[in-house]
Amino acid sequence: MTKPKVAFYWCASCGGCEEAVVDLNEAVLDVVAAVDICFWPVALDFKVSDVEALADGEIAVTFLNGAIRTDEQHHMAKLLRQKSGLMIAFGSCSHLGGIPALANLTTREEIFRTSYLQSPTVDNPGGTLPQKSTTIDGNEFTIPGFWSQVYTLDQVVDVDYYLPGCAPNPELLAAAVGAVLKGELPEKGSVIGPDKALCDTCSRRETKTPNKKLSRLYRPHEIIIDPEICFLDQGVVCCGPATRSGCGEKCIDGNMPCTGCSGPAPGVTDQGAKMLTALATMFDADTPEGAKAMADQVVDPAGTFMRYSVAASALGRRVEEEKS
Amino acid sequence: MAEPKVLTFLCNWCSYGGADLAGGMHLDVPDGIRVVRVMCSGRVDAQMILEGFRAGADGVLVLGCHPGDCHYKTGNMSAQNRMALVANLLGQFGIAPGRFRLDWVSAGEGERFSQVVTEMIDTVRELGPLTLHAQEHMEVGT
Repeated sequence: MTKPKVAFYWCASCGGCEEAVVDLNEAVLDVVAAVDICFWPVALDFKVSDVEALADGEIAVTFLNGAIRTDEQHHMAKLLRQKSGLMIAFGSCSHLGGIPALANLTTREEIFRTSYLQSPTVDNPGGTLPQKSTTIDGNEFTIPGFWSQVYTLDQVVDVDYYLPGCAPNPELLAAAVGAVLKGELPEKGSVIGPDKALCDTCSRRETKTPNKKLSRLYRPHEIIIDPEICFLDQGVVCCGPATRSGCGEKCIDGNMPCTGCSGPAPGVTDQGAKMLTALATMFDADTPEGAKAMADQVVDPAGTFMRYSVAASALGRRVEEEKS
Repeated sequence: MAEPKVLTFLCNWCSYGGADLAGGMHLDVPDGIRVVRVMCSGRVDAQMILEGFRAGADGVLVLGCHPGDCHYKTGNMSAQNRMALVANLLGQFGIAPGRFRLDWVSAGEGERFSQVVTEMIDTVRELGPLTLHAQEHMEVGT
């Protein structure tokens, strides 16, 4: 019997999701024994032409990590979608936009200006900016076009399942591969992970106080965090209430609060807005000035509550024509 | 522009009564408002506000009981705390402050209701329609 074909690909991402595959350790051998990896640019020398040569739907499942922000990533996402029976958005960036999608709070022009003109380590007297096409000595050179906005994978192609996390817990990946091999897949569109909020499975769950009132918020570097007590009880913003469980809670165990990489908890449509709602309810203030003083302690609300989910949020990106 | 659309959340106990009274008094109420009655202004989740903008609202108005008058004691104070943080978030998304407002209208304040919603509609009309780019198709990069 021929083994099912599996592809791994990356778009706008850091490479950490590829690490998650490697972090399967010896279990990766079980995966390799059960499937035929037909495309994995970070580890194996297959070419795009090898993918193009496959029949439509011939790849059983593609795990695609990274958000979509260039012409090339869009092209590869479409190609792999066409060649794959199942498309799985792997990791926060393809699921929700991830860290790259924080760029949606600025503009392509601003990014180019900072990166290619204003950065102190850049020497660019000609003010050259990336161009899709450049001709040198009669030869044309091209690079992929850089979009003005970062998209989630499901905003550009049809996605069957989501594996959340930055990077996904290798156990979730192993479970997903197992489910594909056995054909025991959940309903299309499901997030492969526990249907619980992180707070429900948190090791500090018993220490949380109901109806707490916070008069001061602390960023992690401003306080010595008690390793046993609920972060929110200590005034440290922890995104556990609005975030899905299943990550393995490495941050909590490392005495750092949840930043929300596993995406919205079940029933939550906009993770950032939900977390904002949960936190503000804990503010100990009853005047407009007091409310503002508490709110202003959240230095970067979008980066705090939507660190991984700007592209997937209801607003999606900054509205450019507005002055704030 | 066409009449702006302002999604308006009214609490059941005070502001909705105020709106009702404004109707009974035959006061002018702009037809751009879209009313959602909620039990308490403290029920208004930030998700509802962002979703309102996504769904095409040019502005979002939340009205509750005056401080000290909340039917649930402190629901309006929760709303006040939450909306302060929502305002900061909307600023990061470039949404003009005038598109979002929290205010208090009691069940006896028909005139105040008419005045607040008229002000809100006028402010939003001045700002023009809100266009979000989230759902637009990809553009060709440069």
